[in-house]
Order: sequence, then C-alpha cells, then structure tokens
Amino acid sequence: MSGNNVIGEAAIRAGCRFYAGYPITPQNELTEYMAEHMRTVEGGVFLQSESEIAAINMIAGASATGVRVMTSSSSPGISLKQEGISSMAACELPGIIVNIMRGGPGLGNIRPSQGDYFQATRGGGHGDYRTIVIAPATGQELADLTMDAFDLADKYRMPVMILADGMMGQMMEPVIFKKPNPRQYPEKFMLRGAGTGKSKFIHGLILDPIDSEAHNWKLARKYQVIAENETLFEEHRVDDAELVIVAYGTSARIAKGAIKRLRSHGMKIGLFRPITLWPFPELKLRALSAKIKNFLVFEMSTGQMLEDVRLALQGYANIEFHGRPGGAVPTPSELANVVARVYNKKDL
Amino acid sequence: MAKTVFKHPESLKEAVFHYCPGCGHSIAHRLVSEVIDEMGIRGITIGVPPAGCAVLAYNYFDVDMIEAPHGRGPAMASAIKRCLPDRVVFSYQGDGDLAAIGIAESFHAANRGENITVIFINNAVYGMTGGQMAPTTMLNQRTTTSPTGRKKELDGYPVKVCEIFSQLRGATYVERCSVSSPAGVNKTKKAIKKAFQCQVDGLGFSLVEVLSPCPTNWKMTPIDSCKWIDEVMAKEFPPGVFKDEIAEMKKSAEAAPC
Amino acid sequence: MLVKTIFCGFGGQGVLMMGISLANSAMNKGYHVTYLPAYGAEMRGGTANCTVAVSDEEIASPIASEPGCLVVMNSPSLLTFQNKVSEGGTIFINSSIVDIRPNRDDVKTICVPCTDMAQELGNNRVANIIMMGAFIKELKVVSPEIYLKSLEAIMGSRKKALAEINRKAFAAGFDYIKD
Repeated sequence: MSGNNVIGEAAIRAGCRFYAGYPITPQNELTEYMAEHMRTVEGGVFLQSESEIAAINMIAGASATGVRVMTSSSSPGISLKQEGISSMAACELPGIIVNIMRGGPGLGNIRPSQGDYFQATRGGGHGDYRTIVIAPATGQELADLTMDAFDLADKYRMPVMILADGMMGQMMEPVIFKKPNPRQYPEKFMLRGAGTGKSKFIHGLILDPIDSEAHNWKLARKYQVIAENETLFEEHRVDDAELVIVAYGTSARIAKGAIKRLRSHGMKIGLFRPITLWPFPELKLRALSAKIKNFLVFEMSTGQMLEDVRLALQGYANIEFHGRPGGAVPTPSELANVVARVYNKKDL
Repeated sequence: MAKTVFKHPESLKEAVFHYCPGCGHSIAHRLVSEVIDEMGIRGITIGVPPAGCAVLAYNYFDVDMIEAPHGRGPAMASAIKRCLPDRVVFSYQGDGDLAAIGIAESFHAANRGENITVIFINNAVYGMTGGQMAPTTMLNQRTTTSPTGRKKELDGYPVKVCEIFSQLRGATYVERCSVSSPAGVNKTKKAIKKAFQCQVDGLGFSLVEVLSPCPTNWKMTPIDSCKWIDEVMAKEFPPGVFKDEIAEMKKSAEAAPC
Repeated sequence: MLVKTIFCGFGGQGVLMMGISLANSAMNKGYHVTYLPAYGAEMRGGTANCTVAVSDEEIASPIASEPGCLVVMNSPSLLTFQNKVSEGGTIFINSSIVDIRPNRDDVKTICVPCTDMAQELGNNRVANIIMMGAFIKELKVVSPEIYLKSLEAIMGSRKKALAEINRKAFAAGFDYIKD
C-alpha cells in the first residue's frame, strides 16, 4: 500500500466516518481511497467538496455531530484550510488534517518538501491556538500514528495534523494495522438536536473580551498539558554519538541512510527525530546536549525546524544546518558528505 | 375559555434582540421559530448562523446551533445533514455571506441537492461591518464603499440569487419573499414552512430569500425602509416562487422502489 | 543484505509494475522492503522510474544514491542513471531497444532482448516480466515460485488470462540467463 492509502485505511479502521477533500497532487490517492472505501462502511460519508475551504468546514460540521472526521490536502490546499482549522481550534472540534507537503511557496511544485513546518507548528491560521502535529517517517508509523491522531484529537478536542510529504505519500512499505482503541468521546460535546432538553451552541465568537480572554487561557492551559504529556521522538545511535543530526519525516529516513554510511567510516553520528513537531520534544533534545555538543539540522526547507532546535538547545551546543527546499530531495550520500565535512571540521 | 392567539415561540429564547429597531432579522427569526414550533421539530433541528449581524442568532434560537466561518454555512450544514439525515438542518445567511464570500459553498450545496434549508436575508448591504456594498446592493445605492452609488461599470450588478439558484437542477424549492408588510410577513412564513416541510419530506434543497430592511445602514426610518423595499428593491428582486419541484420530487420519491 | 534497484523506462512499459512485483514478492518472503515511485513532471514527460529497496534489516532510506542494480528499459534511462550504480553493481538492459551500452567497466552488464522475446511470445506487453525473469535468476532475491505467486496476487482475478502468458514470459527471461 502507498503511504496515502495507508493513511486512508488506518483512518477508516480508527472509526473515521466522514471525509471531505478536494483534488490536489500529491495526495490524490488518499482522496480516491476514501471515495472507494468510505461509502462501503456503515455510516461512512465521503464528500468531494467544491474547495479546500468547504472541505475543512464540512469536517467541522460533521465533527460537531460526534463523528470522527478527516480531510487531506497538500500545501497550497492546506493554506486554504487555515480558516477552518482556526475555527475548529476555537470551537474545540476534533478532526484530522493530513498535509502531504509539496514544494512551495505559492504553487511551487509537486515534489516532496518540508516547507510547511512553520505553518503547521505555529497554528497556521489566525489567533492564539496550536494544532498537534505528527510527522511519521515510515509506512508503519503512518498507520499507527494516524490511528493515534484520532485518539489525541478526541482527548483534547482539537484538530490534529499529520504532516508528511510527497515521498511518504507515494512510497509503499509493508504495514500491519493495529487494533484501534475504543472511542471515548462524551456525548455532551455532540450536537445532534436538542431533543426535549436544553439547546446547545458551538461557537468561537466571543464578543466580550473578558470571556474571550478566559477562553484563550483555557485553550493555552490545554496546550500546556499537551506539551508536557504528548511529545514523541526517536533517538537513533545517539549513545556514543559526537554529532547528532536532527531531522523528521522523509529527511530522517535520508539521514538514517547517511548515518549508516558515516558509521561504516568510523564517524560517530546519531539521529534525533522529533515525531511530534508540536509539541516539539525540546526537553529531550536539551537533555541530549548535556553530552553532545554538535548538532546538524537537516530539512527539506530553508530552515524552519532549525528555529525550534535553537530554542531547545539555548546556545548550549553548536548547530549546523543543511537544507534542500522547493521540492529537492537529497540522497543519503549527499547528506553524508555534508555531515562528514562538518564532523571533520569540528575535529572530533 | 380564553384562546391563546399570540404567544412567545418555544423555539425562540426569551432574550431581547440586539438587532437595530426596524431590522428584518428579528422578524425572520421569529418566523423561523414559529415554523419550527408548528412543525414540532425543535428537538431535531440544527441551525447554522452566519458571520454578520445574525452571527448571534444562537442567543435567540432555542435549537442546537453551530457557528460557521464567513460564508461556510452550507458546507457545514451539508456535512451535518449527511451525518444526521433524520435531523432538520438549516443555514441562515446574509447577502454577503451567501452571494459573495460563500457563493461557492451555497451554490454547490444547492447543486448537490443537499436536503437542507437556506434562509437568505437580503438587505442589500453588509450590516454588521457598517453598511458596505454587498453583492445585492442596488445600482446607484450609496454605501460606505460605494459613496457615490454603486456603478455597474466599476462594481458590477446586483446578484440575483433566486434567479441563479433556481437554474440548478439540485434545487427543489426556491422562493423570494419580503418582510416589508404584514402580508409579506405572512407569505414569508408560509414559504419558510414549505421549505422546512420540503426538507422533512426528504425532497432536497430549499432556499427562501427574504428582502429585509436595514434602516440603520440605509439611513432611513423603518417605515421608509419598508417602502424602499417595495418600490425599489422589489423591482430588481421581484418576489415570487422561482422553482417548486416539490410535487415532482414527491411523485418520483413515491415511484422509487423501497 | 541490502539490495537497492532502480527500474526505469518509458511510461507504459510496465516499469512501476516491475518494482511493485519485486517489492511484493520480497515482502512475502519476509524481507523489509520500500517501493518509491517517481512521479510528477517525469511521469508526464513520458518516462517512469521507481526505486525498490530489499533488506533483511530495517531500511533507513528508501532513496538510492548508489543503487546496486539498475534495470533500464529505454536509452534515456541508461544515460540518466548509469553513473549512479555502485561499483560492482549490475545493469540490466533491454537490448531490443537500447542500442547504447554503459560507459563503465566496473559494473556487470546483462543484456536481455526482452521486447523481441515478448514479440515472439505474441504479447509486447510482457517484456517487463521477461526482464524480471532474468533479474530474479541473476540476483536470486526471491524464488521464482514466490515471485510468480506475488505477481498473480497483484494482477488479481480480473487478469487471470494474463497469468499464463506472464508465467511463460517469466520462464523465458529466467532461462535466458545461463547458470
């Protein structure tokens, strides 16, 4: 199964019953997968929307009724969705947004890229909010983390973004789907008609500044809890490492390939791979800097996660950067050459 | 025994409207609430208010509601209805919301034949933002963004929503009414009821356009506003039924094998 | 063990199918595999390629900077990829339509006239499977049985008529390589 299809299948297995999307390369296989499979499961709704904006608002509406929901797109389409993502954050509606990143800015190109890191991790739309951002690096993680994303979205009642790129979306790897957790989402948050009871309203408009401030702080406290409890990361061969590459998603795969080469030449290189980009696993990274003083951030961008690494390391270590923006995908040997130069320069 | 001839609709909260004196929203809210009461659907109705003056509609309607960002009401309503087909879902939209920023969402919800009801308040201006030119602003009408009057050469023409939407095969029932007179109010209520009934019967997309006064932004008295609707707006936006395929839809629904 | 192969040729030659079938059969044998198609502008330009990595341990990078194997079904692909192949690697060439040869002497070159052979079998479209027969015989990544079983599973029931011709094609390519 291609990565796009894995996300779709994992979502359906996790109980996603509403999907809306609009065609854009390189995530079309996911929309097509949902078109083929969503309508064959009980209660499943697939809607091809008239736009990305409609799609995100459709999933917001469906989410409000208490259904597990997902939409997907690629970079320019995700820009369009920001209105709805901000709105879902404000209204505390759970939902999954998949971004199969491509080269930017603007229309850019349809090659794999990681240029949407800032947009994803800083909220992306207007207002004081965050989305949980998960960056899988293997087919198996696409399956597992997509399922987990639904649980996180429910737990914290907020949009969760799966941030992958064209390569993750197109690549095929063997995958084993795990059993999904039973859903725990209280009925009191669902909008299904008032019956004989009191009517509910879901809204993000709060005209009174005191109430609005309270709402913002409430959201901020929630984000704080998430930051403290939900970081995910992988450490790869860091125990004896003298230089650690920091990379996520596809870049981390390339980095692992490079590390294999470098290790065979006796260079002690490791990898720190954030799996959640927000919350960024900054404490773990900082802890690493107690014994490792050289880091190299590698991204398929001009340097976005780089800023989070700087914030995390707070000047306690040297940070180098290698980036390939705009849809360029480096090979492991290219990265290995860059890393070797840095490694040798440091005279480690 | 005394007979109750007038009472507060149960589907309307006992709150004082924030709308300006003479505003048509208050009337439209009340009509929708009365229809919901009369049809006994309060418990299964879900409303989607717009961005605009009616954004606070949830302070008044005593039914489940969810706010939609600017213009997105029909997209949200479509999804809600698809997830809960046995509920009654309506979006309540202004002219900017429906015919400008949300024209795509409204158009395609209609074109898909979503079984929802759209209440469309046309008052020819952006009300909440302070009286700017709307897609339905009349030619030569002065607004804060057409200070010398709307010029067709520069600003284009008033958008005729009912005329356009009635061309969509997905739309079942499209009517334009006006709340500028007691007779118009009664007609509007009938149209709203028909639209909701169309949905309850599962017959597809319904839209009721309501020509509605905005005395504050028109800088007129409420009475002059009503006159202006009848004498000026109604010429550009003639009231009437633009599409009614309820009977045909019913027939084909009955003919369809169960 | 880690074998990375780039399959490349014109769109329509079944280049992606070669990769998918290898990836699936290796997976069925229990190996770690990755399959990475090249898509987008290249695809539209009429050429296609994909990279398959097969390993007995976790695969770090699905991208091949220096593939051990290269399977070229047309001439432009040979020019594009020949210098990437690692020293001591193997290049398979569809010699029916590729009239140039690699400019390297540190790799093994295997020429299979698979388009001609496919014509002899009466079906132009199985040239890719003939090439896979030669590929499997030479590299022994999986057994012929596992490969053919996997291929049939991918083709599905709707192409059952093709199963027989595919078997023949595979056998032709397999036997073309002498022990």
